[in-house]
Amino acid sequence: MSESIIIAETSKGSIAPVTAELVSAALALGTSPTVVVPCTDASVADGAGYEGATRTIAVKGACFENYDASSWAAAIDAAAPSGIIIAAATPQSKDVAARIAARRGLSIVQDVVAIDGMNLTSPIYSGKAMQTVALSGDAAISVRANVFPAASSNSANVSVVDQSGDVGTAVQEIIARASARLDVSEANIIISGGRGMGTPENFSHLEKIADVLGAAVGASRAAVDTWESIPHSMQVGQTGKTVNPNLYIAVGISGAIQHLAGMRSSKYIVAVNKDADAPIFAHADYGIVATWEETLPVLESALASMMS
Amino acid sequence: MPNIVVLVKRVPDTNARIVVSGDRVDLSAVKWVISPYDEFAIETALQHKEAVGGSVTALTLGPSESDKILKDAKAIGVDEIVRVWDDSWSEMDSNSVQSALAQAITNLGAEVVYCGKTSADTGAGSTGPGVAERLGWASVSNIIDAKFDAGITVTSPVENGSAIVSVSGNAVISCDKGNLKVRKPNVKGIMMAKRAQVNVVTADAPASSVTIVSQTPPPAKPAGKKYEGGSSAEEVAKLLREEANVI
Repeated sequence: MSESIIIAETSKGSIAPVTAELVSAALALGTSPTVVVPCTDASVADGAGYEGATRTIAVKGACFENYDASSWAAAIDAAAPSGIIIAAATPQSKDVAARIAARRGLSIVQDVVAIDGMNLTSPIYSGKAMQTVALSGDAAISVRANVFPAASSNSANVSVVDQSGDVGTAVQEIIARASARLDVSEANIIISGGRGMGTPENFSHLEKIADVLGAAVGASRAAVDTWESIPHSMQVGQTGKTVNPNLYIAVGISGAIQHLAGMRSSKYIVAVNKDADAPIFAHADYGIVATWEETLPVLESALASMMS
Repeated sequence: MPNIVVLVKRVPDTNARIVVSGDRVDLSAVKWVISPYDEFAIETALQHKEAVGGSVTALTLGPSESDKILKDAKAIGVDEIVRVWDDSWSEMDSNSVQSALAQAITNLGAEVVYCGKTSADTGAGSTGPGVAERLGWASVSNIIDAKFDAGITVTSPVENGSAIVSVSGNAVISCDKGNLKVRKPNVKGIMMAKRAQVNVVTADAPASSVTIVSQTPPPAKPAGKKYEGGSSAEEVAKLLREEANVI
């Protein structure tokens, strides 16, 4: 069985759940995975043991304090054996995987959503089409979250490697996000508003539901372009962020091709729109033809009583 | 004064319908444009030059059809336009594209490279960091702000916020929109672009190890349930828990 190297995804000092999904992806490729955990404290790697994974390497180094692509790639590359590199399709891991692939003279296939033998499928043109490619030999791949089942946890057989990497950039300052709410690129549930919300102030109704669900608040391009107080960082769509959460709730969004491209791969889509012919309804698992004013208070109280 | 290169790519307009014919996308009817994020890269490169001097060269990889977007970049304000190509190239994987671009960048004597955070066709975002690694340079991806003095100070998103990062040596920087307003070509720029010559260069590219098997339309979604009236939100909330199992 050929080897693979999983780059563990860490979040706030612990192993992120998507890492267990990467183990299933490695097994689907018919490879035997080693889990590599970039960290400053090797105890993090104790949480990175999985059924089906052969071993866990904690790559411990001061360079992992802040994200710097070149030192992360150098340190992970030095500690990881050869094989197919597998990372989560998050902005940071896609970035570091691209550097490791280049370091090893390998190709990279990003945003994989299906694996069949050595054939990998990813969305192209922001999901307006799918492309299947065949690997011949080692490569790096990134795999989207919420696609593969999570492998079961197991006790980790951890070896620790001390590693350093030359840091190419200097972090001056980290500015914490003003709101405690998640970014759309990190959230498992997203509620987004479009120009149908009428005014940017009305996004507070979306925020209330987001708080009930622990969701992020997103926006359509039309909303971002129309209202200055809705920042581009909230934009979901082809020139904003591409997301695939478990649940995407689109409110007052007609469903322009541009927006659909950024969210159509969400597992479940709920659409609220007063126009019964809005294109978004063709993509919704649950559509509600009504104004947001009528719908959101009912939705909020129903969700609040469920979540309590 | 820095020798600045900005990478640009010719892609279908993001509003274009993508049609699949046989097992490949059929792009014969689409309108072609500079990939939208590359416009942010051009704008950032021009702001860099305006702050400290130097020159901006737009570089693309592609056949002669790509000359049009280079001339578009020239009309916006870049100084030089260069295309790297070899007629033997087709369906290049990331390894061959990055190798060829890295050689062209080295031959141009570049000190800093800007590119879009992803291209609108593959959406992969591998080119910036991959080229940086091949050049042995630093890289910062997805920046939303940049300031220029002796070095470059950029802002990029990190978990829970954003990081302000300074870059002192050679680097590849990939650009998101941030608060940028991209400049449009003016009449003088358009006239100059018409007369501009594309400098065509070549490079060695390793054979691809990734081959395209098929391109298909996205899987069709089964028809969903549709309700009338806001009060149905209660039923939908219940289904999200009991049927979809997502809350």
